[in-house]
Amino acid sequence: MISHQAVEQAAYDIMTKAAIDIPEDYLGGIKEMVTTEKAQLSCFVLQSMVENWEAASEDRRPMCADTGLPRYYVKVGNDARIEGGFVALERALRSATARATHDVPLRPNRVHPLWRTDHNNNVGINAPEIDWSFEPDADWIDITTVHKGGLFGTDYRMLFPGDGIDGIKRFYLDTLIAFGKRGLACQPAIVGVGLGGSKDTSMVLGKQAACLRIVGDRNPDEKIAALELELTDIGNNIGMGPMGFVGSSMVVDCHIEVGYTHTGGMPMSVHTFCLSSRRATARLHADGTVAFRTDPKWFTPYMRRESIEWSTSKDSLSKSV
Amino acid sequence: MVDEQRQPQQVRVKIPSLREDLEGLTPGTVVYLDGVVYTAREGVYKKVLDEGAPLPLDLPAVSDANFHCSPAAAREPDGRYNVGGVTATASFRFSQWMPQWFEKSGARIIIGKGGMSADDYRNLFVPAGAVYLTTVGYGTGALLGRGIKRVRDVFWLEELGIAQAMWVFEVENFGPFLVDSDLQGNSLFEQHTRQINARLGEVYAGLGPPALGRFGETDDRSDELV
Repeated sequence: MISHQAVEQAAYDIMTKAAIDIPEDYLGGIKEMVTTEKAQLSCFVLQSMVENWEAASEDRRPMCADTGLPRYYVKVGNDARIEGGFVALERALRSATARATHDVPLRPNRVHPLWRTDHNNNVGINAPEIDWSFEPDADWIDITTVHKGGLFGTDYRMLFPGDGIDGIKRFYLDTLIAFGKRGLACQPAIVGVGLGGSKDTSMVLGKQAACLRIVGDRNPDEKIAALELELTDIGNNIGMGPMGFVGSSMVVDCHIEVGYTHTGGMPMSVHTFCLSSRRATARLHADGTVAFRTDPKWFTPYMRRESIEWSTSKDSLSKSV
Repeated sequence: MVDEQRQPQQVRVKIPSLREDLEGLTPGTVVYLDGVVYTAREGVYKKVLDEGAPLPLDLPAVSDANFHCSPAAAREPDGRYNVGGVTATASFRFSQWMPQWFEKSGARIIIGKGGMSADDYRNLFVPAGAVYLTTVGYGTGALLGRGIKRVRDVFWLEELGIAQAMWVFEVENFGPFLVDSDLQGNSLFEQHTRQINARLGEVYAGLGPPALGRFGETDDRSDELV
Protein backbone atom coordinates (compact mmCIF):
# COMPACT_ATOMS: atom_id res chain seq x y z
CA MET A 1 0.00 0.00 0.00
CA ILE A 2 1.42 3.38 -1.01
CA SER A 3 0.47 6.14 1.44
CA HIS A 4 -0.95 9.43 0.20
CA GLN A 5 1.60 11.29 2.36
CA ALA A 6 4.36 9.54 0.40
CA VAL A 7 2.68 10.61 -2.84
CA GLU A 8 2.43 14.21 -1.66
CA GLN A 9 6.07 14.36 -0.56
CA ALA A 10 7.36 12.73 -3.76
CA ALA A 11 5.28 15.09 -5.90
CA TYR A 12 6.61 18.07 -3.92
CA ASP A 13 10.18 16.81 -4.39
CA ILE A 14 9.86 16.37 -8.17
CA MET A 15 8.25 19.82 -8.51
CA THR A 16 11.36 21.22 -6.82
CA LYS A 17 13.83 19.11 -8.81
CA ALA A 18 12.13 19.90 -12.12
CA ALA A 19 12.23 23.64 -11.42
CA ILE A 20 15.90 23.75 -10.41
CA ASP A 21 17.92 20.94 -12.05
CA ILE A 22 18.18 20.71 -15.84
CA PRO A 23 17.89 17.05 -16.95
CA GLU A 24 21.30 15.62 -17.86
CA ASP A 25 20.23 14.37 -21.30
CA TYR A 26 19.11 17.85 -22.31
CA LEU A 27 22.21 19.49 -20.82
CA GLY A 28 24.37 17.04 -22.80
CA GLY A 29 22.48 17.93 -25.99
CA ILE A 30 23.01 21.67 -25.46
CA LYS A 31 26.68 21.26 -24.57
CA GLU A 32 27.17 19.41 -27.83
CA MET A 33 25.47 22.25 -29.68
CA VAL A 34 27.90 24.72 -28.09
CA THR A 35 30.67 22.84 -29.92
CA THR A 36 28.89 22.73 -33.30
CA GLU A 37 27.29 26.22 -33.32
CA LYS A 38 29.39 28.49 -35.54
CA ALA A 39 27.36 31.70 -35.22
CA GLN A 40 28.88 33.75 -32.44
CA LEU A 41 25.72 35.32 -31.00
CA SER A 42 23.84 31.99 -30.98
CA CYS A 43 26.82 30.43 -29.22
CA PHE A 44 26.78 33.22 -26.62
CA VAL A 45 23.11 32.46 -25.90
CA LEU A 46 23.78 28.73 -25.45
CA GLN A 47 26.70 29.41 -23.12
CA SER A 48 24.58 31.83 -21.08
CA MET A 49 21.96 29.10 -20.65
CA VAL A 50 24.60 26.64 -19.42
CA GLU A 51 25.78 29.26 -16.89
CA ASN A 52 22.17 29.82 -15.86
CA TRP A 53 21.61 26.12 -15.12
CA GLU A 54 24.81 26.05 -13.06
CA ALA A 55 23.61 29.09 -11.08
CA ALA A 56 20.20 27.45 -10.54
CA SER A 57 21.74 24.26 -9.16
CA GLU A 58 24.29 26.11 -6.99
CA ASP A 59 21.76 28.53 -5.49
CA ARG A 60 18.85 26.05 -5.46
CA ARG A 61 16.71 28.62 -7.29
CA PRO A 62 14.43 28.03 -10.29
CA MET A 63 16.23 28.03 -13.65
CA CYS A 64 13.37 29.97 -15.26
CA ALA A 65 10.86 32.23 -13.58
CA ASP A 66 8.11 31.31 -16.01
CA THR A 67 6.77 28.22 -14.33
CA GLY A 68 4.78 27.39 -17.45
CA LEU A 69 1.83 25.17 -16.70
CA PRO A 70 3.04 22.65 -14.14
CA ARG A 71 1.28 19.31 -14.52
CA TYR A 72 1.56 15.58 -13.87
CA TYR A 73 1.76 12.30 -15.74
CA VAL A 74 1.00 9.30 -13.56
CA LYS A 75 1.70 5.72 -14.55
CA VAL A 76 0.07 3.22 -12.24
CA GLY A 77 1.26 -0.37 -12.02
CA ASN A 78 -1.67 -2.72 -12.41
CA ASP A 79 -0.91 -4.23 -8.98
CA ALA A 80 -0.25 -0.95 -7.15
CA ARG A 81 -2.49 -0.05 -4.23
CA ILE A 82 -2.87 3.51 -3.03
CA GLU A 83 -4.15 4.52 0.39
CA GLY A 84 -7.39 6.41 -0.17
CA GLY A 85 -7.48 5.40 -3.83
CA PHE A 86 -7.12 7.61 -6.88
CA VAL A 87 -9.08 10.47 -5.36
CA ALA A 88 -6.56 10.71 -2.51
CA LEU A 89 -3.73 10.58 -5.05
CA GLU A 90 -5.20 13.46 -7.07
CA ARG A 91 -5.71 15.49 -3.91
CA ALA A 92 -2.08 14.86 -2.89
CA LEU A 93 -0.84 16.13 -6.27
CA ARG A 94 -2.85 19.33 -5.93
CA SER A 95 -1.61 19.85 -2.39
CA ALA A 96 2.03 19.28 -3.45
CA THR A 97 1.60 21.82 -6.26
CA ALA A 98 0.39 24.51 -3.89
CA ARG A 99 3.13 23.78 -1.34
CA ALA A 100 5.94 23.76 -3.95
CA THR A 101 4.61 26.97 -5.52
CA HIS A 102 5.24 28.80 -2.26
CA ASP A 103 8.44 27.06 -1.19
CA VAL A 104 10.56 26.85 -4.39
CA PRO A 105 9.11 29.47 -5.20
CA LEU A 106 7.30 28.88 -8.49
CA ARG A 107 5.50 31.69 -10.23
CA PRO A 108 1.75 31.27 -9.72
CA ASN A 109 0.88 31.20 -13.40
CA ARG A 110 -2.54 29.61 -13.25
CA VAL A 111 -5.47 31.98 -13.55
CA HIS A 112 -9.11 31.69 -14.57
CA PRO A 113 -9.25 32.22 -18.36
CA LEU A 114 -11.96 34.87 -18.16
CA TRP A 115 -11.84 36.40 -14.68
CA ARG A 116 -8.04 36.07 -14.32
CA THR A 117 -8.55 34.93 -10.71
CA ASP A 118 -5.19 33.78 -9.31
CA HIS A 119 -5.12 31.54 -6.24
CA ASN A 120 -1.34 32.13 -6.12
CA ASN A 121 -0.73 28.38 -5.89
CA ASN A 122 -1.00 27.01 -9.47
CA VAL A 123 -4.18 25.14 -8.51
CA GLY A 124 -7.58 25.81 -10.04
CA ILE A 125 -10.30 24.41 -12.25
CA ASN A 126 -8.69 21.62 -14.32
CA ALA A 127 -5.28 22.62 -13.02
CA PRO A 128 -2.83 21.00 -12.62
CA GLU A 129 -3.67 18.51 -15.36
CA ILE A 130 -3.16 14.87 -14.41
CA ASP A 131 -2.72 12.37 -17.26
CA TRP A 132 -3.04 8.69 -16.40
CA SER A 133 -1.57 5.54 -17.88
CA PHE A 134 -1.18 1.96 -16.69
CA GLU A 135 1.54 -0.66 -16.68
CA PRO A 136 1.07 -4.43 -16.49
CA ASP A 137 2.97 -6.61 -13.99
CA ALA A 138 4.02 -3.71 -11.76
CA ASP A 139 3.19 -2.63 -8.20
CA TRP A 140 4.78 0.84 -8.31
CA ILE A 141 3.50 4.29 -9.28
CA ASP A 142 5.54 6.64 -11.46
CA ILE A 143 4.76 10.32 -11.01
CA THR A 144 6.28 12.73 -13.50
CA THR A 145 5.94 16.47 -13.43
CA VAL A 146 6.56 18.68 -16.44
CA HIS A 147 6.83 22.48 -16.30
CA LYS A 148 6.41 23.46 -19.91
CA GLY A 149 5.92 27.01 -21.14
CA GLY A 150 2.35 27.69 -22.02
CA LEU A 151 2.08 30.27 -24.79
CA PHE A 152 4.15 29.56 -27.91
CA GLY A 153 5.73 26.81 -29.97
CA THR A 154 2.76 24.50 -30.53
CA ASP A 155 0.44 24.06 -33.49
CA TYR A 156 -2.08 21.56 -34.84
CA ARG A 157 -3.18 20.85 -38.39
CA MET A 158 -5.40 18.33 -40.15
CA LEU A 159 -3.30 16.88 -42.95
CA PHE A 160 -4.45 14.17 -45.37
CA PRO A 161 -2.73 10.99 -46.58
CA GLY A 162 -2.09 12.67 -49.94
CA ASP A 163 -0.04 15.37 -48.20
CA GLY A 164 2.46 12.62 -47.41
CA ILE A 165 5.80 12.91 -45.65
CA ASP A 166 6.41 16.19 -47.50
CA GLY A 167 3.27 17.61 -45.89
CA ILE A 168 4.63 16.59 -42.49
CA LYS A 169 7.96 18.26 -43.20
CA ARG A 170 6.27 21.44 -44.38
CA PHE A 171 4.01 21.81 -41.36
CA TYR A 172 6.94 20.99 -39.06
CA LEU A 173 8.97 23.78 -40.69
CA ASP A 174 5.98 26.14 -40.52
CA THR A 175 5.70 25.67 -36.76
CA LEU A 176 9.42 25.95 -36.05
CA ILE A 177 9.82 29.07 -38.18
CA ALA A 178 6.60 30.75 -36.99
CA PHE A 179 7.54 30.40 -33.33
CA GLY A 180 11.31 30.33 -33.80
CA LYS A 181 11.47 33.96 -34.93
CA ARG A 182 12.62 36.12 -32.01
CA GLY A 183 12.92 32.83 -30.14
CA LEU A 184 9.33 32.70 -28.93
CA ALA A 185 9.59 28.89 -28.83
CA CYS A 186 12.60 29.20 -26.47
CA GLN A 187 14.65 26.98 -28.78
CA PRO A 188 16.78 24.94 -29.11
CA ALA A 189 14.15 22.51 -27.97
CA ILE A 190 13.13 18.90 -27.89
CA VAL A 191 10.44 18.85 -30.55
CA GLY A 192 7.54 16.43 -30.26
CA VAL A 193 5.39 15.44 -33.22
CA GLY A 194 2.02 13.76 -32.75
CA LEU A 195 0.67 11.95 -35.79
CA GLY A 196 -2.77 10.37 -36.10
CA GLY A 197 -5.34 9.44 -33.53
CA SER A 198 -8.33 11.72 -33.22
CA LYS A 199 -7.54 15.43 -33.24
CA ASP A 200 -7.17 15.69 -29.48
CA THR A 201 -5.05 12.51 -29.41
CA SER A 202 -2.60 13.94 -31.93
CA MET A 203 -2.17 16.98 -29.66
CA VAL A 204 -1.68 14.81 -26.56
CA LEU A 205 0.80 12.48 -28.30
CA GLY A 206 2.89 15.37 -29.64
CA LYS A 207 3.07 16.99 -26.23
CA GLN A 208 4.04 13.72 -24.56
CA ALA A 209 6.63 13.03 -27.28
CA ALA A 210 8.27 16.40 -26.54
CA CYS A 211 8.10 16.26 -22.76
CA LEU A 212 8.32 12.58 -21.79
CA ARG A 213 11.12 11.20 -24.00
CA ILE A 214 14.78 12.03 -23.49
CA VAL A 215 17.43 13.28 -25.92
CA GLY A 216 18.77 10.33 -27.94
CA ASP A 217 15.71 8.12 -27.45
CA ARG A 218 14.36 6.64 -30.72
CA ASN A 219 10.94 5.33 -31.68
CA PRO A 220 11.01 1.50 -31.88
CA ASP A 221 9.61 1.65 -35.45
CA GLU A 222 12.79 1.95 -37.51
CA LYS A 223 11.22 4.06 -40.24
CA ILE A 224 9.76 6.47 -37.71
CA ALA A 225 13.15 6.58 -35.96
CA ALA A 226 14.74 7.54 -39.28
CA LEU A 227 12.14 10.28 -39.77
CA GLU A 228 12.90 11.61 -36.25
CA LEU A 229 16.55 11.99 -37.22
CA GLU A 230 15.66 13.56 -40.57
CA LEU A 231 13.35 16.10 -38.93
CA THR A 232 16.06 16.95 -36.37
CA ASP A 233 18.40 17.64 -39.26
CA ILE A 234 15.84 19.67 -41.21
CA GLY A 235 15.18 21.85 -38.17
CA ASN A 236 18.88 22.53 -37.65
CA ASN A 237 19.32 23.51 -41.29
CA ILE A 238 16.76 26.31 -41.33
CA GLY A 239 19.61 28.70 -40.58
CA MET A 240 18.05 29.74 -37.29
CA GLY A 241 19.36 29.33 -33.76
CA PRO A 242 18.40 30.36 -30.23
CA MET A 243 16.33 33.56 -29.94
CA GLY A 244 15.79 33.46 -33.70
CA PHE A 245 19.37 34.58 -34.35
CA VAL A 246 21.33 33.28 -37.31
CA GLY A 247 22.61 29.84 -36.36
CA SER A 248 22.21 26.09 -36.58
CA SER A 249 20.92 25.19 -33.09
CA MET A 250 17.18 24.75 -33.30
CA VAL A 251 16.27 21.15 -32.47
CA VAL A 252 18.06 19.20 -29.75
CA ASP A 253 16.10 16.11 -30.71
CA CYS A 254 12.81 15.22 -32.41
CA HIS A 255 10.41 12.58 -31.14
CA ILE A 256 7.42 11.24 -33.05
CA GLU A 257 4.51 9.33 -31.54
CA VAL A 258 1.68 7.86 -33.58
CA GLY A 259 -1.89 6.71 -33.04
CA TYR A 260 -4.19 4.87 -35.41
CA THR A 261 -6.30 7.50 -37.12
CA HIS A 262 -9.27 8.06 -39.43
CA THR A 263 -8.68 6.35 -42.78
CA GLY A 264 -9.14 9.66 -44.58
CA GLY A 265 -6.89 11.83 -42.42
CA MET A 266 -3.42 12.42 -40.95
CA PRO A 267 -3.78 14.93 -38.09
CA MET A 268 -0.48 16.35 -36.91
CA SER A 269 0.71 18.39 -33.96
CA VAL A 270 4.10 19.95 -33.24
CA HIS A 271 5.26 20.90 -29.71
CA THR A 272 8.55 22.48 -28.65
CA PHE A 273 9.76 21.79 -25.12
CA CYS A 274 11.66 24.95 -24.19
CA LEU A 275 15.27 25.73 -23.21
CA SER A 276 14.27 25.02 -19.63
CA SER A 277 13.11 21.45 -20.27
CA ARG A 278 11.81 20.90 -16.78
CA ARG A 279 10.83 17.33 -15.99
CA ALA A 280 11.38 14.97 -13.07
CA THR A 281 10.01 11.56 -12.14
CA ALA A 282 9.55 9.69 -8.87
CA ARG A 283 8.86 5.96 -8.63
CA LEU A 284 6.99 5.01 -5.47
CA HIS A 285 7.43 1.35 -4.65
CA ALA A 286 4.99 -0.73 -2.66
CA ASP A 287 7.54 -1.04 0.17
CA GLY A 288 7.55 2.73 0.70
CA THR A 289 10.87 3.51 -1.02
CA VAL A 290 11.08 6.32 -3.58
CA ALA A 291 13.55 6.58 -6.46
CA PHE A 292 14.02 9.79 -8.47
CA ARG A 293 15.11 10.11 -12.10
CA THR A 294 14.81 12.47 -15.08
CA ASP A 295 13.72 9.93 -17.72
CA PRO A 296 9.93 9.55 -17.43
CA LYS A 297 9.94 6.19 -19.32
CA TRP A 298 6.36 6.95 -20.31
CA PHE A 299 6.18 5.22 -23.69
CA THR A 300 6.41 1.55 -22.73
CA PRO A 301 5.66 -1.33 -25.13
CA TYR A 302 2.28 -1.54 -23.41
CA MET A 303 1.59 2.14 -24.23
CA ARG A 304 2.44 1.54 -27.89
CA ARG A 305 0.61 -1.80 -28.19
CA GLU A 306 -0.87 -2.31 -31.64
CA SER A 307 -3.28 -5.17 -31.04
CA ILE A 308 -5.35 -6.73 -28.25
CA GLU A 309 -2.31 -8.29 -26.60
CA TRP A 310 1.06 -6.71 -26.00
CA SER A 311 4.70 -7.61 -25.94
CA THR A 312 6.43 -7.99 -22.60
CA SER A 313 9.61 -9.56 -23.93
CA LYS A 314 12.92 -8.33 -22.55
CA ASP A 315 13.89 -7.48 -26.11
CA SER A 316 11.14 -4.97 -26.72
CA LEU A 317 11.54 -3.54 -23.22
CA SER A 318 15.23 -2.82 -23.71
CA LYS A 319 14.52 -1.22 -27.06
CA SER A 320 12.08 1.40 -25.92
CA VAL A 321 12.25 1.83 -22.18
CA MET B 1 24.98 40.82 -43.20
CA VAL B 2 25.08 39.84 -39.56
CA ASP B 3 28.65 39.79 -38.31
CA GLU B 4 29.02 36.32 -36.85
CA GLN B 5 32.57 36.48 -35.60
CA ARG B 6 32.52 39.63 -33.48
CA GLN B 7 32.72 38.97 -29.73
CA PRO B 8 29.79 40.69 -28.05
CA GLN B 9 30.79 43.88 -26.28
CA GLN B 10 29.78 44.01 -22.59
CA VAL B 11 28.80 47.15 -20.68
CA ARG B 12 27.29 48.09 -17.32
CA VAL B 13 24.62 50.78 -17.22
CA LYS B 14 23.43 52.69 -14.14
CA ILE B 15 19.72 53.31 -13.64
CA PRO B 16 18.17 55.89 -13.87
CA SER B 17 20.05 56.04 -17.15
CA LEU B 18 22.14 58.83 -18.62
CA ARG B 19 21.55 59.79 -22.23
CA GLU B 20 25.25 59.32 -23.02
CA ASP B 21 25.16 55.74 -21.69
CA LEU B 22 22.21 54.89 -23.91
CA GLU B 23 23.92 56.49 -26.91
CA GLY B 24 26.77 54.01 -26.54
CA LEU B 25 24.49 50.99 -26.94
CA THR B 26 24.33 49.23 -30.29
CA PRO B 27 22.34 46.14 -31.32
CA GLY B 28 23.98 43.03 -29.90
CA THR B 29 25.76 44.77 -27.00
CA VAL B 30 25.57 42.72 -23.77
CA VAL B 31 24.26 44.87 -20.91
CA TYR B 32 24.28 44.49 -17.12
CA LEU B 33 22.26 46.95 -15.04
CA ASP B 34 22.81 48.57 -11.62
CA GLY B 35 20.16 50.54 -9.74
CA VAL B 36 16.41 50.14 -9.58
CA VAL B 37 14.22 48.22 -12.06
CA TYR B 38 10.43 47.85 -11.89
CA THR B 39 8.04 45.38 -13.50
CA ALA B 40 4.98 46.50 -15.44
CA ARG B 41 2.97 44.47 -17.95
CA GLU B 42 -0.69 44.33 -18.96
CA GLY B 43 -2.02 44.38 -15.38
CA VAL B 44 -0.16 47.56 -14.45
CA TYR B 45 -0.72 49.21 -17.86
CA LYS B 46 -4.48 48.66 -17.60
CA LYS B 47 -4.49 49.91 -14.02
CA VAL B 48 -2.58 53.11 -14.72
CA LEU B 49 -3.40 53.92 -18.33
CA ASP B 50 -6.92 52.54 -18.77
CA GLU B 51 -8.28 53.05 -15.25
CA GLY B 52 -6.26 56.17 -14.45
CA ALA B 53 -4.72 54.99 -11.16
CA PRO B 54 -1.86 57.30 -10.07
CA LEU B 55 1.69 55.96 -10.30
CA PRO B 56 2.59 54.57 -6.86
CA LEU B 57 6.22 55.77 -7.04
CA ASP B 58 8.15 58.69 -8.46
CA LEU B 59 8.96 57.71 -12.05
CA PRO B 60 11.39 58.22 -13.74
CA ALA B 61 13.30 59.67 -10.76
CA VAL B 62 13.45 56.27 -9.04
CA SER B 63 13.80 54.23 -12.21
CA ASP B 64 13.40 54.55 -15.96
CA ALA B 65 13.76 50.81 -16.62
CA ASN B 66 10.52 48.89 -17.14
CA PHE B 67 10.89 45.10 -17.16
CA HIS B 68 8.17 43.07 -18.91
CA CYS B 69 8.33 40.27 -16.43
CA SER B 70 6.82 38.42 -13.53
CA PRO B 71 9.03 37.05 -10.81
CA ALA B 72 8.90 33.57 -9.31
CA ALA B 73 8.30 35.00 -5.86
CA ALA B 74 6.53 34.23 -2.62
CA ARG B 75 5.63 36.24 0.47
CA GLU B 76 6.98 34.75 3.68
CA PRO B 77 4.99 34.85 6.92
CA ASP B 78 7.36 37.55 8.27
CA GLY B 79 6.46 39.82 5.34
CA ARG B 80 9.72 39.34 3.44
CA TYR B 81 9.67 38.38 -0.22
CA ASN B 82 11.56 35.39 -1.53
CA VAL B 83 12.43 36.06 -5.19
CA GLY B 84 13.87 32.94 -6.78
CA GLY B 85 14.17 34.01 -10.36
CA VAL B 86 12.86 36.43 -12.94
CA THR B 87 12.23 35.79 -16.60
CA ALA B 88 10.82 38.15 -19.20
CA THR B 89 7.52 37.75 -20.98
CA ALA B 90 7.02 38.43 -24.72
CA SER B 91 6.80 42.18 -25.27
CA PHE B 92 5.11 42.37 -28.68
CA ARG B 93 1.65 42.32 -27.15
CA PHE B 94 2.19 45.45 -25.06
CA SER B 95 2.81 47.89 -27.91
CA GLN B 96 -0.72 49.36 -27.63
CA TRP B 97 0.17 50.82 -24.20
CA MET B 98 3.74 51.96 -24.90
CA PRO B 99 3.17 55.53 -26.22
CA GLN B 100 1.15 56.54 -23.16
CA TRP B 101 3.46 54.63 -20.84
CA PHE B 102 6.56 56.42 -22.16
CA GLU B 103 4.80 59.73 -21.58
CA LYS B 104 3.53 58.89 -18.11
CA SER B 105 6.55 57.02 -16.70
CA GLY B 106 9.45 58.58 -18.55
CA ALA B 107 10.82 55.09 -19.22
CA ARG B 108 13.98 55.02 -21.34
CA ILE B 109 14.82 51.34 -21.08
CA ILE B 110 12.29 48.63 -21.85
CA ILE B 111 13.40 45.10 -20.99
CA GLY B 112 11.51 42.05 -22.20
CA LYS B 113 11.44 38.94 -24.30
CA GLY B 114 11.75 38.92 -28.07
CA GLY B 115 11.67 42.63 -28.79
CA MET B 116 8.98 44.59 -30.57
CA SER B 117 8.41 45.30 -34.24
CA ALA B 118 10.74 47.54 -36.23
CA ASP B 119 7.73 49.85 -36.74
CA ASP B 120 7.21 50.11 -32.99
CA TYR B 121 10.84 51.07 -32.55
CA ARG B 122 10.68 53.72 -35.25
CA ASN B 123 7.29 55.14 -34.26
CA LEU B 124 7.28 54.75 -30.47
CA PHE B 125 10.76 54.14 -29.09
CA VAL B 126 12.86 56.57 -31.15
CA PRO B 127 10.62 59.59 -30.36
CA ALA B 128 10.63 58.60 -26.67
CA GLY B 129 14.44 58.31 -26.63
CA ALA B 130 14.16 54.72 -25.42
CA VAL B 131 16.12 51.55 -26.07
CA TYR B 132 14.93 47.94 -25.90
CA LEU B 133 16.91 45.24 -24.10
CA THR B 134 16.00 41.58 -24.49
CA THR B 135 16.71 38.86 -21.97
CA VAL B 136 18.97 36.05 -23.17
CA GLY B 137 17.90 32.50 -23.86
CA TYR B 138 15.15 32.78 -22.91
CA GLY B 139 15.07 31.96 -19.33
CA THR B 140 18.28 32.95 -17.58
CA GLY B 141 15.94 33.19 -14.58
CA ALA B 142 18.54 32.07 -12.05
CA LEU B 143 21.25 34.49 -13.24
CA LEU B 144 18.78 37.37 -13.17
CA GLY B 145 17.52 36.24 -9.77
CA ARG B 146 21.10 36.53 -8.46
CA GLY B 147 21.21 40.15 -9.63
CA ILE B 148 18.23 41.16 -7.48
CA LYS B 149 19.60 42.40 -4.18
CA ARG B 150 16.36 43.53 -2.53
CA VAL B 151 12.64 43.92 -3.13
CA ARG B 152 12.22 47.62 -2.52
CA ASP B 153 8.46 47.68 -2.98
CA VAL B 154 5.57 45.81 -4.47
CA PHE B 155 2.32 47.49 -5.50
CA TRP B 156 -1.13 46.05 -6.20
CA LEU B 157 -0.05 42.60 -5.03
CA GLU B 158 -3.45 41.61 -3.65
CA GLU B 159 -5.40 43.06 -6.52
CA LEU B 160 -3.28 41.90 -9.45
CA GLY B 161 -1.58 38.82 -8.01
CA ILE B 162 2.14 37.97 -7.88
CA ALA B 163 2.51 37.70 -11.66
CA GLN B 164 0.92 41.04 -12.56
CA ALA B 165 1.82 43.16 -9.54
CA MET B 166 4.31 46.03 -9.88
CA TRP B 167 7.59 44.87 -8.33
CA VAL B 168 10.41 47.31 -7.63
CA PHE B 169 13.82 45.65 -7.41
CA GLU B 170 17.20 46.98 -6.33
CA VAL B 171 19.63 45.29 -8.70
CA GLU B 172 23.37 44.88 -9.09
CA ASN B 173 25.18 43.47 -12.12
CA PHE B 174 21.70 42.46 -13.30
CA GLY B 175 21.86 40.59 -16.61
CA PRO B 176 22.77 39.48 -19.16
CA PHE B 177 20.61 41.45 -21.56
CA LEU B 178 21.18 42.10 -25.27
CA VAL B 179 20.44 45.42 -26.92
CA ASP B 180 17.77 44.80 -29.55
CA SER B 181 16.85 48.38 -30.46
CA ASP B 182 19.27 51.28 -30.11
CA LEU B 183 18.31 54.97 -29.95
CA GLN B 184 18.01 55.06 -33.77
CA GLY B 185 15.63 52.08 -33.83
CA ASN B 186 18.15 49.67 -35.40
CA SER B 187 16.96 46.20 -34.41
CA LEU B 188 19.10 43.12 -33.81
CA PHE B 189 16.14 40.78 -34.34
CA GLU B 190 15.25 42.48 -37.60
CA GLN B 191 18.82 42.15 -38.90
CA HIS B 192 18.95 38.45 -38.08
CA THR B 193 15.45 37.66 -39.34
CA ARG B 194 16.20 39.36 -42.66
CA GLN B 195 19.24 37.16 -43.15
CA ILE B 196 17.34 33.97 -42.22
CA ASN B 197 14.40 34.90 -44.48
CA ALA B 198 16.72 35.13 -47.48
CA ARG B 199 17.27 31.36 -47.32
CA LEU B 200 13.69 30.23 -46.61
CA GLY B 201 12.87 29.50 -50.25
CA GLU B 202 15.68 26.98 -50.27
CA VAL B 203 14.52 25.44 -46.95
CA TYR B 204 11.02 24.82 -48.37
CA ALA B 205 12.20 23.66 -51.82
CA GLY B 206 9.98 20.89 -53.18
CA LEU B 207 7.43 21.03 -50.34
CA GLY B 208 4.04 21.89 -51.84
CA PRO B 209 1.07 23.37 -49.96
CA PRO B 210 -1.23 20.96 -48.08
CA ALA B 211 -4.57 19.84 -49.54
CA LEU B 212 -6.59 21.86 -47.04
CA GLY B 213 -5.70 25.49 -46.45
CA ARG B 214 -6.80 27.60 -43.51
CA PHE B 215 -7.70 31.17 -42.71
CA GLY B 216 -4.55 33.05 -42.03
CA GLU B 217 -3.05 31.66 -45.22
CA THR B 218 -5.65 33.86 -46.88
CA ASP B 219 -7.05 36.99 -45.29
CA ASP B 220 -10.20 36.88 -47.40
CA ARG B 221 -12.84 35.12 -45.29
CA SER B 222 -14.97 34.53 -48.40
CA ASP B 223 -12.23 32.30 -49.85
CA GLU B 224 -12.69 28.55 -49.99
CA LEU B 225 -9.87 26.69 -48.30
CA VAL B 226 -9.85 23.51 -50.39
